[in-house]
Amino acid sequence: MDYSADEIMTISAARMLRNGAVCFVGIGLPSKAANLARLTHAPEIVLIYESGPIGAKPSVLPLSIGDGDLSMTADTTVSTSEIFTFWLQGGRIDVGFLGAAQIDRFANINTTVIGPYARPAVRLPGAGGAPEIACSAGEVLIILRQGLRTFVDRLDFTTSVGHGEGGDYRKRIGLPGSGPVAVISDLGILRPDDLSKELTLTSVHPGVTVDEVRSATGWNLKISEGLEMTQAPTEDELMTLRELERRTAFAHGSQFL
Amino acid sequence: MARILSLSEAVAELIHDGDQIACEGFTHLIPFAAGREIIRQGKKNLTLIRMTPDLIYDQMIGMGVAAKLVFSWGGNPGVGSLHRLRDAVEREWPLPLAVEEHSHAGMVQAYSAGAAGLPFGILRGFNGTDLPKVNGRIKAIACPFTGELLAAVPALRPDVAVIHAQKADRKGNVLIWGIIGVQKEAVLAARQSIVTVEEIVDRLDPPPNACILPSWVVSAVCLCPGGAYPSYAQGYYERDNRFYQSWDTISRSRDEFLEWMKANLSAENYFRERFHRNSEEVA
Repeated sequence: MDYSADEIMTISAARMLRNGAVCFVGIGLPSKAANLARLTHAPEIVLIYESGPIGAKPSVLPLSIGDGDLSMTADTTVSTSEIFTFWLQGGRIDVGFLGAAQIDRFANINTTVIGPYARPAVRLPGAGGAPEIACSAGEVLIILRQGLRTFVDRLDFTTSVGHGEGGDYRKRIGLPGSGPVAVISDLGILRPDDLSKELTLTSVHPGVTVDEVRSATGWNLKISEGLEMTQAPTEDELMTLRELERRTAFAHGSQFL
Repeated sequence: MARILSLSEAVAELIHDGDQIACEGFTHLIPFAAGREIIRQGKKNLTLIRMTPDLIYDQMIGMGVAAKLVFSWGGNPGVGSLHRLRDAVEREWPLPLAVEEHSHAGMVQAYSAGAAGLPFGILRGFNGTDLPKVNGRIKAIACPFTGELLAAVPALRPDVAVIHAQKADRKGNVLIWGIIGVQKEAVLAARQSIVTVEEIVDRLDPPPNACILPSWVVSAVCLCPGGAYPSYAQGYYERDNRFYQSWDTISRSRDEFLEWMKANLSAENYFRERFHRNSEEVA
């Protein structure tokens, strides 16, 4: 079956979530991939949204982080304070799943401003729950579309820490989680090098060349010696994703997605 | 004891120019009707505190009631930017807007500290980020037992918390369920509070452990059906996602925004019509 770049991005990201994992989900692309995982290979995944639902099983993708469907289908709904203190900071999250506006070679994230903070060219939404998810989740997955505006040499603002300056930075400054383990884009998959923690291209999606990925990256991208090609989406993955998107569009109106 | 007041009475009496107010409700139960009443009464120089400014503060900022915003995520959920907020920050329209920016975890700790009567809240999470560089109120603090470096944020003590809830009884006890966000923390942290409700009933009959704000911690309860629209009230009506999407167009230009506010603010008609149409679609 034919598929789009966005579809293989979402499907590749979904595959990284193991069944039974406790996953703290950001809204948008992370939520879409996490719910696809739940509807395919990971039916026992526990989805936690920062608004309070724990174990949410939404029938359609939520438009907001606090849609009613999330709490109605959850195992329990707690206050937002409790989510951040007992559940996230308390160390109960296996995987934090984030989006980003900008990312650098050490998977640090900017979602705050483009340009100087005091007089920004673009004021982005800001931190939300991301800094503490990036800090405390056992590991972190990041999903975003790849291009020179998103994969940048230098962030305008560090909203959430990935691997900082690289190496053992996280350990040095006392961040409990092990940080980003993969960045999934519409072109391929990048993983931090074991030692330097610099993002390295480990997989390209079918039909994408290494040069294309390089020219969509704002730094001199390192390529893994064991570079692989991402497995194409299966029919089941594609059908499940499209059905989820169809139900979602019907529920929220056609402008969504 | 809470007094049962009309919304216009409560806003006139309790909210004053220059106050710090916190209109809370995490996507669910956002007190939109109260926000419009604050605009209608022409309040000025308010410090607006809210984790997610959402459309309610986009409207209030665009109409010039705010001097300062304290927040942690300022987007239109699932849609994109809050254009009025951006216009204020990027181009000082209609007024310059001072910004005090936190993370969600920082905000919940600040509210919890306020509710607990403590001077500051504490959390792990700002190490390595730029937020403390632009917000001098986020400070590092060493744990006296382990030496671990943590972050401290000063307690939030709003002059007035404004929330929306499902029900109150005639004494002003308030019942709230579903995604309850930080409403309880905000009310307990604030010096005074206004709670708008979908209905006022003779008996609440709450299940044990239900989220109840006893009448004696609430200043005013106002009957305000549809008061959370276009956000939602679990058990009453759903979120009008289409309205959130259309706000992107309405709010993009100053002229269109002002025209829309003028047409839809003076009376509650627009919201009442939309709310009823939305309710019928759900039913």
